[in-house]
Amino acid sequence: MSEIAVTSSGRSRGVKFRPVTQDSSFARYTLIATAVLFLALFLFAPLAIVFVEAFSKGIGPFLTAFGDPDARAAIRLTLLVAAISVPANLVFGLAASWSIAKFSFPGKSVLITLIDLPFSVSPVVAGLVYVLVFGGQGLFGPWLAAHGVQIIFAVPGIVLATIFVTFPFVARELIPLMEEQGKIEEEAALTLGASGFKTFLTVTLPNIKWGLLYGVLLCNARAMGEFGAVSVVSGHIRGLTNTIPLQVEILYNEYNNVAAFALAVLLAGLALVTLGLKTFLEWRHADALSGRARRH
Amino acid sequence: MTSPSLVGKNARRFAAPSVIPGFGLTFGYTLIYLGVIVLFPLATLIWWSSGLGFSGLYAIASEPRVAASLRTTFFISFAAAFVDLFFGLIVAWVLTRYDFPGRRLLDAFVDLPFALPTAVAGISLAALYSPNGWFGAPLADYDIKIAFTRWGILVALIFIGLPFVVRTVQPIISELEAELEEASATLGAGRLQTVIRVMLPPLAPALLTGFALAFARSIGEYGSVIFIAGNIAYVSEIAPLLIVVKLEQYDVPGATGIATIMLAISFAALLLINLVQAWSRRRFGHV
Repeated sequence: MSEIAVTSSGRSRGVKFRPVTQDSSFARYTLIATAVLFLALFLFAPLAIVFVEAFSKGIGPFLTAFGDPDARAAIRLTLLVAAISVPANLVFGLAASWSIAKFSFPGKSVLITLIDLPFSVSPVVAGLVYVLVFGGQGLFGPWLAAHGVQIIFAVPGIVLATIFVTFPFVARELIPLMEEQGKIEEEAALTLGASGFKTFLTVTLPNIKWGLLYGVLLCNARAMGEFGAVSVVSGHIRGLTNTIPLQVEILYNEYNNVAAFALAVLLAGLALVTLGLKTFLEWRHADALSGRARRH
Repeated sequence: MTSPSLVGKNARRFAAPSVIPGFGLTFGYTLIYLGVIVLFPLATLIWWSSGLGFSGLYAIASEPRVAASLRTTFFISFAAAFVDLFFGLIVAWVLTRYDFPGRRLLDAFVDLPFALPTAVAGISLAALYSPNGWFGAPLADYDIKIAFTRWGILVALIFIGLPFVVRTVQPIISELEAELEEASATLGAGRLQTVIRVMLPPLAPALLTGFALAFARSIGEYGSVIFIAGNIAYVSEIAPLLIVVKLEQYDVPGATGIATIMLAISFAALLLINLVQAWSRRRFGHV
C-alpha cells in the first residue's frame, strides 16, 4: 500500500494520505497483532480453560461438585465472610472519606498513605500478622486460649484477614471523589437548616453513589476471592474454615480436577460480572467516579 | 451557639474550622479502625522482628533455603515486571492510539488479573502449562517445560503484573500532545525517530511506576504462583510460600524474619515510585 505522510489529514485521488501522527499500517497491524496475541495467550486462555476443564466431563459431574457438603459449606463461609468484611470496610470508607475530604487537618497525606498500606503488604504477610497477634505463640494467644476464644484457624481470623486485604478499596475510591466534589453543596444544605445526617443522606450520598458502588464491587470481588491471607489463618478444616478458594486448592491437590474447576467457575463468573459492571460504570458514569483514583 | 464561642472553640481544635459536622466521630472512627485492623498487627510484626535484631534477621536471610527463595522471588519478579513493561507498553499503545473491532472488550479484559481470584489463576495456569495442557503439550514436544519449573513462576507473575503497567501508562499515552509529534515530523524526523525520541521519554516515569508496581505485587504474590511453581526447595520455592512452610513448622521467628525482609523490599519499591513521581512532576508536569 502506498502511503504518504502529510501534516494535516487529507485525501487526494489515487494516493492515500496518512497524518504524521499516525503510525504506518504495517506498524499498526504488527502492534495490534502482538497485543491481541499476548492478551489471548496470557489472559484469555487462563480464563477459558477454567470453563473447559469444569465441563470436560459434561454437565453432570459439574453439578455433582456442588452437591458436596464441603463445597456447600465453603460457599456459605465465603458469603458470610464477604457479608461481614464488605460492610465493615464500607462504613470505614465513608468515615475516612468524610473526615479526610470535608475537613482540613495536618498529616492528611500520611493518613491516606497509611490507608493504602494493606495493598503493599503480601497477602501471606497479612495473614501472618494476625497469627502474631492472635495465634498460639502470638501476643494474645495465651490469654485467648485461657478464655477459650479461638480466632486463628477459625472464622474470626478469616474475617479479619479478609478485612485487612480489602481495607483500602472503598476509601481510596471515595476520598479523591469527595475531594473533587468539594464541600459547597454540604455547606449550603447545612446553612439551609438540614441536620448533618440529613445532609449526608440527601446531598453527599447521591453524589458519591456510583463511586461507592464501584468501590464495593472491587472490595467484594477481592473479599470472595482472597486466597493467600485466608490460607494462612484458616487451618484448612473441611466444612468449617474453608472458603471457596481454599476448597478449590484442596480439590485440585486431590486431583479432583472437575470439582476444583467447577468451584473455580463460580469465582471466575464473579470476576467476569465484576469486570462487566466495572466497565459499565466507567463507561456510563465516568463523571461520577473519581478521575484521580488508580483504577485497580 | 454564639459565633465568638464557635471561633474560640475551633481555634483550639485539630481540624480547621468548618460548618460541616461529624469530624470528631468520623476521624476518630477512622483512626481506631485503621489502628486495630492495620497498624497494630503490622506493629506486632515489627516488634517481633526487632526482637530478632539485625543479626537474627541476617541469620534467617542467609539460611540457604531462605536465601534461595528470596533470590528466586526477587529475580523472577524483576524479570516478570520487565516482560510486563515491554508488552504492557504495546498493549497500552494499541488500546489508546488505534481503533479496531473488539478494542473496548480487550480494554476491559486487561483488568482480569485484578478481578480473577489468584487461586483460580493458579490452577488454570497450571492446567494450561502442564505437560498435557493446551500450551504444555506442544512445548513438551520441544522438551520445553514451563509448569513446575521457575518458568512457571515467571508466567504467573507476568499474568499478575500486566494490568499495573497498562493502567499506569494508558492515561499518559492518551495525554500525549499531537503538536509535539507534528513538530517532530515537520522538522524532518521519521516516524520511528519521533516515537523513540519525542513520545517515549514523557512515558518513562509512568513506565517506571508501572514496573515498580508490578514488581512490588510480584514479590508478595502467592496464590497464582504456588500451583504452577512445583515448589521445589532451593529451585522454585518463593519467599511467601516459605513463610507458610515455616508457620506450619511452628517456626514463627523464621516466618517473621522472611516477612520483614519482604516488607522492606516492597516498601523500597513504593519509595522508588514516590521518588519517580516527584521527579516526573518537576520534569514533565504530570505523574
